[in-house]
Amino acid sequence: MAQYLLSVPATSADYEDVDYTDPAIQQMFADTGKFNDQLQADGHWVFAGGLTNVTDATVVDGTGDDVIVTDGPFAESKEFLGGFWVIEAPDLDTALKLAAAGSKACQGKVEVRPLQGDPTAE
Amino acid sequence: MIEPSLTARIERVYRDEHGRVVASLARRFGDLDIAEDAAGEALLVALERWPVDGVPANPGGWLTTTATRRAIDRIRRENQRDAKHQAAAMIIDPTPHEPAGAVDDDRLRLIFVCCHPALAPEARVALTLRLLGGLTVAEIARAFLVPETTMAQRITRAKAKIKAAHIPFRVPGAEDIADRRAAVLAVLYLVFNEGYLASGGADPIRADLTAEAIRLTRTVRELLPDDGEVAGLLALMLLTEARHRSRVAGGELVTLDEQDRSGWDRGLIDEGHALVREQLAAVSAGGPPPGRYQLLAAINAVHTDARDARDTDWNQIVRLYDQLQLVEPTAIVALNRAVALAEIDGPDVALAITDRLELAGYHAWHATRADLLRRLGRGDEARHEYDAAIAATENSAEIGYLTRRRDQLRPQPEA
Repeated sequence: MAQYLLSVPATSADYEDVDYTDPAIQQMFADTGKFNDQLQADGHWVFAGGLTNVTDATVVDGTGDDVIVTDGPFAESKEFLGGFWVIEAPDLDTALKLAAAGSKACQGKVEVRPLQGDPTAE
Repeated sequence: MIEPSLTARIERVYRDEHGRVVASLARRFGDLDIAEDAAGEALLVALERWPVDGVPANPGGWLTTTATRRAIDRIRRENQRDAKHQAAAMIIDPTPHEPAGAVDDDRLRLIFVCCHPALAPEARVALTLRLLGGLTVAEIARAFLVPETTMAQRITRAKAKIKAAHIPFRVPGAEDIADRRAAVLAVLYLVFNEGYLASGGADPIRADLTAEAIRLTRTVRELLPDDGEVAGLLALMLLTEARHRSRVAGGELVTLDEQDRSGWDRGLIDEGHALVREQLAAVSAGGPPPGRYQLLAAINAVHTDARDARDTDWNQIVRLYDQLQLVEPTAIVALNRAVALAEIDGPDVALAITDRLELAGYHAWHATRADLLRRLGRGDEARHEYDAAIAATENSAEIGYLTRRRDQLRPQPEA
């Protein structure tokens, strides 16, 4: 088994003036919830979460003598990480299939990246 | 001193067997690098031993056995250095070995790995030629006109991704096979087309690439004998390759209607026609409807059926393009259909169709329009389109042909 990070990009528009009563938004939440349930039922689920707006980010640099704390993300960019899943799958084909289902559910593109190492090495 | 002809023979055998050896080792050791390196070492052993002992009766089996031993030696050596790491590398493929006869399935698995959609298209082509085709990195780099270091990096990166992302060494399941097979055929067709009309470089036709594409497609056909599209692609390649001797004369491209048809390769044409007939029979017996490669092969079968360009059954060709447009509704198919339609309804009708296609900058669009305008006696506009077509291609034979055609246009009257 390998683990993959499935990340979903967001833009600040995704956080501003969102109308949670919009049926399309409600559908998206419902579909994503269903997808999460399915991941757990099929044993793919490791962890998942949605992130708040990137304006809430703080960068901490503890590499020097003094810890430097800076408001904002690593790098300013139009697209940033909005949410993610960490899943377990036997191979990339399975991970890509799950990513396709996740993408459909959350109505966003999904980037698939393997995690380093083999945490379940037999 | 080894006889040069024997070295060449050994290298040919090696190239023919490369895919089989690498596929078998990749399956056994779950690591493409180990498989590829061990195959390379087996060649060195063969070059040393075969001139003395003679070429073995089953060279593929000999190479696989030798490569396997080398791979095990290497793993043992590295095991002592880094036991844990190698233990992990050994267990990536936990599926049990299948009995003899499953060997060719390994090659099929290898093709699907090389042409995996998660790899960049240019990496798919490079990996297929390297691992399945047994071409050297230098040969592939030359074929695609990129520096050798660039090609080496492309291949290394793709192999690293296969390993890190766990791209499975497996033939896709029934639900995915159609899409995945289309990706494989696209790679083979791309290799063929690069040989058929090189996008640049000194040689307008790269016979080594078309031959390689045909060889690999024959392999895929052996592995998927019931697949109509695989047969269709092979037929398309054969019927195209059959004309290659007549396609360039004096460094200039010769169009289909002007080719010396006696120079066409009858053997390839007969083989291609037999494949097309076989597919037609399969379709009329209730098989799946023909896909793009079968339709393109059928179009080429009609062309190669005519002893003289004037005998071409253009109605049949337009009907086949109509069908192709349903499967592949692209501007390029519409352009090719317009070329055929010009023979029935006249160049003005065809020109009106090309007007609506958004293909500006595509050399064949400009060349087609140039020819239609020339036939309509609109010399100034034709000249303009010939210039645009020449600017849009880097193929020397095509430039030669277009330049001559342009210069044959009646000189413009003095203003």
